Amino acid sequence: MENLDLISILGSTIRLSIPLIFTALAGLFTERAGVFDIGLEGKMLFSAFAAAVAAFMTGSPWLGLLAGITVSVLISLVHGFASITNRGNQIVSGVAINFLASGLTAVLGQAWFSQGGRTPPLAASARFTEIVFPYADQLRDTGFLGRFYANVISGHNILTYLAFIAVPASWWVLYRTRFGLRLRAVGENPGAVDTAGISVTFLRYRATVCAGILCGFAGTYLAIAQSAGFVKDMSAGKGYIALAALIFAKWRPVPVMLACLLFGFLDAFANFMQGKSVPGIGEVPVQIFQALPYVLTCVLLAGFIGVARPPKAGGVPYVKER
Amino acid sequence: MSTASVPLPNWITYGLMPFLNLVVAFLISGVVVWFIGESPLDAVTLLLQGALGNGEGIGFTLYYATNFIFTGLSVAVAYHAGLFNIGSEGQAYVGGLGAALASLALDHYVPWYVTMPFAVVGAAIFGAAWALIPAWLQAKRGSHIVITTIMFNFIGAAMMVYVLVHVLIVPGKMAPETRVFLEGGQLPKLDWLIALFGGKIGAAPFNVSFLIALVMCFVVWVLIWRTKLGYEIRTLGASPTAAIYAGIPYVKTVIITMLISGGLAGMMALNPVLGASARLQVEFVGGAGFVGIAVSLMGRSHPIGIVLAAILFGVLYQGGDALSFDMPKITRDMIVVIQGLVILFAGALEYLFRPAIVRVWQRFGKA
Repeated sequence: MENLDLISILGSTIRLSIPLIFTALAGLFTERAGVFDIGLEGKMLFSAFAAAVAAFMTGSPWLGLLAGITVSVLISLVHGFASITNRGNQIVSGVAINFLASGLTAVLGQAWFSQGGRTPPLAASARFTEIVFPYADQLRDTGFLGRFYANVISGHNILTYLAFIAVPASWWVLYRTRFGLRLRAVGENPGAVDTAGISVTFLRYRATVCAGILCGFAGTYLAIAQSAGFVKDMSAGKGYIALAALIFAKWRPVPVMLACLLFGFLDAFANFMQGKSVPGIGEVPVQIFQALPYVLTCVLLAGFIGVARPPKAGGVPYVKER
Repeated sequence: MSTASVPLPNWITYGLMPFLNLVVAFLISGVVVWFIGESPLDAVTLLLQGALGNGEGIGFTLYYATNFIFTGLSVAVAYHAGLFNIGSEGQAYVGGLGAALASLALDHYVPWYVTMPFAVVGAAIFGAAWALIPAWLQAKRGSHIVITTIMFNFIGAAMMVYVLVHVLIVPGKMAPETRVFLEGGQLPKLDWLIALFGGKIGAAPFNVSFLIALVMCFVVWVLIWRTKLGYEIRTLGASPTAAIYAGIPYVKTVIITMLISGGLAGMMALNPVLGASARLQVEFVGGAGFVGIAVSLMGRSHPIGIVLAAILFGVLYQGGDALSFDMPKITRDMIVVIQGLVILFAGALEYLFRPAIVRVWQRFGKA
């Protein structure tokens, strides 16, 4: 491995982790409230499509973001309606949302733009573009720290920095507010919350809305920050990796960020290693890196790296009276 | 009083409610079709004609239905034990490896009916093996089976791509697939069955796997409702604590149930791999494992219901293909939309109309 370019790997680690961080935080809210959310993938895809369409129509990335969040919240409410109000199976509801997202975005994309399910490419002014921090260009050539500042810290778009703000913000909401305390309680013992005179239904709905907002950021990032338009099935399993990261982090905000960065790093490293050979081993198949996040999560679930204890009431609809 | 605990007669629970849910799903699909500027009525006509209008269409419909019967049975068996096997997709994918290896090893030497049992067993063993670790994790470590089977879908996909790209690929070829099986490694078409009803099978890959699927339906019925193991599985599904108290071994039952479920999913591979394309290809499952969830739900986890639901989805698949051919504005992705809506309404929102039906029933029906 002659030129292991750590700085550029770290830079792309950040770029690949952002949708995972937003999505895993979204899952954190719903799952801590006791609602399983397999539909993260679908919400991300729906919001990516909405953001790309709105940004193309209006030319404004912020309206794209707004559209992405709105659609994602609406889909969250469908999930809420099925799994909270109708006490339907939460996993089935999530699977349905993923199907719908994959199908409907492609059908509408083809019907509106006739480009094989893509949306037309966006101009730079309709996207979230890179922000260059002060002195980044001057520091680029001044040793390791300078390059780190220029390529890893600086040079991302605004959503990237929002993702890193969303992590402490989610922590604060979940652990330092009354809403967060109740939200965590409703995921462990909804009966107790109900007895205290707090509506389980309303709490869980608010949790799914929080998740919808965060998924909206993730989808918007995919469509109009990382790329310049929507491509059919562009979420490509990221929602499931985010779910794995959420479990790997044992349903806690800061570890969620670290798990997402780890999985993003694996992705970036796999891209870097493609076609390169390791001395003594030869070329490492890229599939190993693709499978590694899931393998690690299963090993964790098996209890070999600490114990992952999910919220107790997860997946169980709450029935007030029997 | 809440309406959730009011008992309703079976014909409402198993007939009227799924029917209403389906109607709503199709109505919304119609709205989507109308929204993109085509006539929903024309679309339905084209869809039904394409799926059931001639022998070839019926052959394709039943070919797709065969996939869904296997995966539907797979999900249903696990569901009876209270386990949600969302990993039929990956188990079918890995099962394809078992089926393909049997064909690759034997097709030079023996006719298809000798290869078939080996392929069936190979597919079942590989599929079951892919369910083993999630089953063990659920039984012994309490890891949620939904999560672990999702993870194994992705691990399986990565593994199969590796195997096809690096091991089983034909040297010198670009496509990541095995060589084409000789006749001894293929399952013959059921053209005589279609001809029996006066149709022509044409290019439809409808094959012997369909009969294997029907046999498996009967086997699953016997297993679930006529054996001790089936009784234990259903008890475990109804109440794990009661089952353990009654002396039913939890770990053993969970693992065996998941092995059966994985084996059934694995057998799905016979249909596309040995029956249709005569080789193992990347991503040959194509979402059939997830459709199995919908099929099992709509069929209420009963083999007869599963066959009916599988044929319905077969109609959607084949009809959707024909539709996208005749109405260029409607792409093949429309099938995915309809599937999503059917899963949403028949699965997740299955109790949508229950409160209203209960009120009507209490007022008029009970008299």
